[in-house]
Amino acid sequence: MNPRRFPSLNAVISTAIAIASGLIVLAGYFFVQAANGQASLWTDLRLTLLDWAIILAGFAIFIGVFNLLQVHFKKIQNKQKGSFYSLLLILSLLVTFVFGLVRPAQMGFVFTTVQLPVEASLMAILAVTLTYASIRLLRRRLNLLSVIFLVTAVLMLFATAPLPFLGLIPGLSDVLRPFIAQVMAAAGARGILLGVALGTLTTGIRILFGADRPYGGNK
Amino acid sequence: MSNWLGLAGFGIVIFSAIMMLLLAFLRRKSHPVFRDIPAFTRLRQAVGLVVEDGSRLHVSLGRGSLTTPQSASALAGLALLRRLADLTSAGDQPPIATSGDATLAILSQDTLQAAAKFSDRAASDLVAGRLTGLTPFSYAAGAIPAIRDEKVSANVLMGNFGVEVALLTDAVERENTFVLAGSDNLTAQALIYASAQEPLVGEEIFAAGAYIESGPLHSASLTVQDVLRWLVIAAILVGAGLTLAGIL
Repeated sequence: MNPRRFPSLNAVISTAIAIASGLIVLAGYFFVQAANGQASLWTDLRLTLLDWAIILAGFAIFIGVFNLLQVHFKKIQNKQKGSFYSLLLILSLLVTFVFGLVRPAQMGFVFTTVQLPVEASLMAILAVTLTYASIRLLRRRLNLLSVIFLVTAVLMLFATAPLPFLGLIPGLSDVLRPFIAQVMAAAGARGILLGVALGTLTTGIRILFGADRPYGGNK
Repeated sequence: MSNWLGLAGFGIVIFSAIMMLLLAFLRRKSHPVFRDIPAFTRLRQAVGLVVEDGSRLHVSLGRGSLTTPQSASALAGLALLRRLADLTSAGDQPPIATSGDATLAILSQDTLQAAAKFSDRAASDLVAGRLTGLTPFSYAAGAIPAIRDEKVSANVLMGNFGVEVALLTDAVERENTFVLAGSDNLTAQALIYASAQEPLVGEEIFAAGAYIESGPLHSASLTVQDVLRWLVIAAILVGAGLTLAGIL
């Protein structure tokens, strides 16, 4: 049977359940109160469905971790490039898992002594990466917008960070920086956020129509 | 009051849905013309190259959990993944999808499986849709080897990212491969603009489906967005005018 012409029963059922759940949650947001002032039936249903979704998302983390293990096992098995790091990842995962079972109260220790410093060092690399990316920006896209972007970034840096021996620059720190941050950037950000909100709305409607089906349905 | 607001919100959704259906029906046989976004033209070229040279396409979906408001960008990314998986179905290797959220990883596997089934190709490898990390930087650190070591020649970063997106775009730059990147997060958008080869700004991530011809409903949804945008602009101007006149 060609799936292009005949969607499977599984796909039909999952699509119907997803659309119905989406509509119930949407109605729950719009019709919050019943006529007697109490929470409406839609709201109760919405909260129940969201609770179920949160429980399922919790289980999904288990599946995700197994997927992570599977990816790295396969890498080691095929002796792919970087398989030593995959081995290190699996060992770290197992050690952390055992540590969590034996000393659950001290799990914070693992995060503050291992995870946090590693992530902080990645953040530090990011600062260098961004400086380099900014320098390359003009080479990659030499246009008016790129020039405005870079000039604004440099101005904001000078206006925000106190300079050695000079401190904050008068006019730049107290007038220009607030104007750029609170008027120009805020106006632009609101415009972008309105656009994102409209995009979110139409994406949601497409999913409610079943046009986009990221859940077990062939199209 | 809250019920009135709810009713107004419901009205906007119904209005948008009806308009989208009508436009999709009216334009089902025509090709609507949109303004040129060079990033999508280059994406098509990059996808063509992926098929020709037998390399892989990498789609990174970010960290937008489905139980949060950031899910919309992730869902837009999944829709694009589906379309790109269809477009690369003639190639030697299926795309890889990385994400920083477990539910998203499962959905990406499902999307790749559905695309493989649709194109009568062998079932997609389950590790093609993968979770690379649960924190922002571990996600980026896990996705970088996919960009570097798996014969990837085109990357699409679409979803909810934070500052970690710059690490991904930097990894792509080092490999000298194609990257199209977009996010619903303002900080990430600024970083993407500075560091990505083909950045998508603002709501352009939601336009991807219409530009790569995912169907009439995608094109219709883009027109509905434009209509709603004009209505919002009109409402802001009327509100400003009424405030100036002292009525509001």
